Amino acid sequence: MPPRPVRSNGLTMLSRVADSLYWMSRYLERAEHTARVINIHLNLMLERGSHSDDLDWARVVRSLGIEIPVEDAGHAQSLAQSLLHDESNPSSIVASIVLARENARQVREQISSEMWEQLNRLFHAVRRSSSSEVWDARDFLQSIKEGAHLFQGITDSTMTHGEGWQFIQAGRFLERAMAVSALVGAHFREFHKPAQAGAERVYLEWIGLLRCCTAFEAYCKAYTAEVKAERIAEFLVLHPNFPHSIHFSAEALETAIKEIGREAGSRRAVRVERIAGRLRATLGFGQIDEIMAGGLEAYLTELLRQCGQVHSALYQTYISYPIEAALEA
Amino acid sequence: MAGIATKHTLPAPFQEYELDDAFDEMVDGAGAVRPHYRHVYEALRELTADELRRRQQIADLSFLHQGITFTVYGRDEGTERIFPNDLLPRVLTREEWARIERGLAQRITALNLFLEDIYHEGRILNDGVVPREIIYSCKHFRRQMRGFHVRKDAYVTIAGTDLIRMPSGEFVVLEDNLRVPSGVSYMLVSREVMKRLFPELFRKCGVQPIEHYSQALLSTLRSLTPQGSPQGTSEPTIVLLTPGVFNSAYFEHAFLARQMGIELVEGRDLVVHDNFVYMRTTAGLRRVDVIYRRIDDDFIDPLAFRADSGLGVPGLFNAYRAGNVSMANALGTGVADDKAVYAYVPAIIRYYLKEDPVLANVETYLMSDPVHRRHVLGRLQEYVVKAVGESGGYGMLIGPQSTAEQRDDFRRRVEADPRNYIAQPTILLSRAPCLLDGNVQPRHVDLRPYILYGDKVTVVPGGLTRVALRKGSLVVNSSQGGGSKDTWVLD
Repeated sequence: MPPRPVRSNGLTMLSRVADSLYWMSRYLERAEHTARVINIHLNLMLERGSHSDDLDWARVVRSLGIEIPVEDAGHAQSLAQSLLHDESNPSSIVASIVLARENARQVREQISSEMWEQLNRLFHAVRRSSSSEVWDARDFLQSIKEGAHLFQGITDSTMTHGEGWQFIQAGRFLERAMAVSALVGAHFREFHKPAQAGAERVYLEWIGLLRCCTAFEAYCKAYTAEVKAERIAEFLVLHPNFPHSIHFSAEALETAIKEIGREAGSRRAVRVERIAGRLRATLGFGQIDEIMAGGLEAYLTELLRQCGQVHSALYQTYISYPIEAALEA
Repeated sequence: MAGIATKHTLPAPFQEYELDDAFDEMVDGAGAVRPHYRHVYEALRELTADELRRRQQIADLSFLHQGITFTVYGRDEGTERIFPNDLLPRVLTREEWARIERGLAQRITALNLFLEDIYHEGRILNDGVVPREIIYSCKHFRRQMRGFHVRKDAYVTIAGTDLIRMPSGEFVVLEDNLRVPSGVSYMLVSREVMKRLFPELFRKCGVQPIEHYSQALLSTLRSLTPQGSPQGTSEPTIVLLTPGVFNSAYFEHAFLARQMGIELVEGRDLVVHDNFVYMRTTAGLRRVDVIYRRIDDDFIDPLAFRADSGLGVPGLFNAYRAGNVSMANALGTGVADDKAVYAYVPAIIRYYLKEDPVLANVETYLMSDPVHRRHVLGRLQEYVVKAVGESGGYGMLIGPQSTAEQRDDFRRRVEADPRNYIAQPTILLSRAPCLLDGNVQPRHVDLRPYILYGDKVTVVPGGLTRVALRKGSLVVNSSQGGGSKDTWVLD
């Protein structure tokens, strides 16, 4: 929809529209993250030989924040497979793309036609593709990543950077902050143990973690290729300028939320802005040695809790607020 | 010309243009081109077949890119189709239009008086002009509306009336669409496309503009603003309520909302509190004054009507009755476009306006009348039988084109529920030139003008001409293989 002329009753954005834009963005970020993580692990297995595959898949699936019931843990590889193409699996890539498109379809008039066309193309490509073996899926995974990146580029260059775009930003960076927190947490739980056998293998795993966050090259530039758990944690959690670090995501999230508050002009915005600000500050003033001493996992769990709070507060402020609180707005 | 089948040979691209008993919009009974079609005729003769095809392609692409599609119900998935648009305009003279306009204004005025009457005193029923049973047995009669004062007594704010042209050349009313008529976006979009494709012809012909439709619709809606809206002097908030993206007319809903600059909302965007309607925005709740609703009565409020409706807004009807929000069209207007009530519209016009109808009806037999029923069921192959509450070409039998099996089926249905059916003689709709495979051929057409009723009656000149694109077919509905074409009223 073209920019609406300013009218006497001011600019409005329907809560439903904000909701759809937010989830469209979250689902797309989720699909891209899942595709990248699975792709990296496919590579790792090739580098490492084939023993204990099933165990690995269980961890990969868990590191995506998906709980596996105990009885299914033995079938982790088929679980990973279902993460690609199984539409009935709500965590699968195809399900995420379908939901992203479904949300976009609800607000087709609000996004640029270039955005809609790109998302539609991605949707049809995903629907068409199939791979009987998870190993055959690398082209598929690559196309998801590229498709999602293209969509983000198109979004940034064809849509007015107004309230709707800020909801897209909020969705993208909240999803990213949560995904990276879960991924780093799962990795440290598994591999951050003193004096472990098979150091070679563990080395590959750490590089895999960095690659999962597209951070390997950036990390090498900052710290050289010497792999140290603490530095990796610092890079992925606290780096202020690397776009897949949790700190960066939290800052981008806070910026979007402040902009939304400004555009919507709601006097109830204070709370969500405070919660988003606290998340950003928790990261901005964090020190890696203190965090490690206090336990990284506990710290990440706390971040995830705060992310959940930002989401709830965003909803209560702008989307599913109680009627009484919003009368005479 | 009546009754005489003539065959005249016209030059290319008209060599396949054959005349028959139907009224031809372009050619008169003697085989001469009518004066008001002269410019179009000459322009077509000058264009090569390739050039015509090229322009048709441009038009088709433009419809495709704008996503102008409709949904066909009752088939498998992938039912979203482009609305077929014929390239050649249908041309009407200023005099023809003046009569149509007068007739439509008269008709909507009478129908609004009728609706006000039957939901209040019922004088027309007491006087025996319209039988009481017909009203109370109508499935679109809403007893919930009795005694409720509709803002400015504008029950039908937006109407789309289907006209057809008889072999004599006279326009008659086939159907009133008084609930949620659609198609106006096709009229507006196809005009835009035509202006791009035939600019020189437009100038030569002097076509009356229709572009002010959205503006007129907005002022009509604004005139319904409830009294005592707290906004006082500021603008009322008007919204268009759509069932959502899965509705067949969603394109039109989004198009009109954008043209008017009003918000396109779904039921879940609205909440009712203390009998006021609000929409949920990120800036909080905003009071809504007027709703242009494109949802049927049945689904508008699960508390008042169908409880299983997920499209509507709980409590909306109470807010409406409290006078805190206006809706266009009002609820319960469907009783006036029931096909059995249709038969009484000429009497309704005479009763309220003390005038003769400008536009006649098609002769109509009520199947609830035993004499009519016996007569029609004996000659089903000559009649068109329609279910009274249906629209869009669903639930009808076209006698001359039906199979014995279909006729038996309809005979059983009519006998089981006579009140639900009417019959009309099969009418040969007039034919207008259409472009098919680079050739110009005549096809049957109707005309649906759009009428707005607020502080005044507005009818934009022209409307949607619907075409039965299949050769010989008399069914123009988009769901049944019909298309549309631009309609030019000359100045």
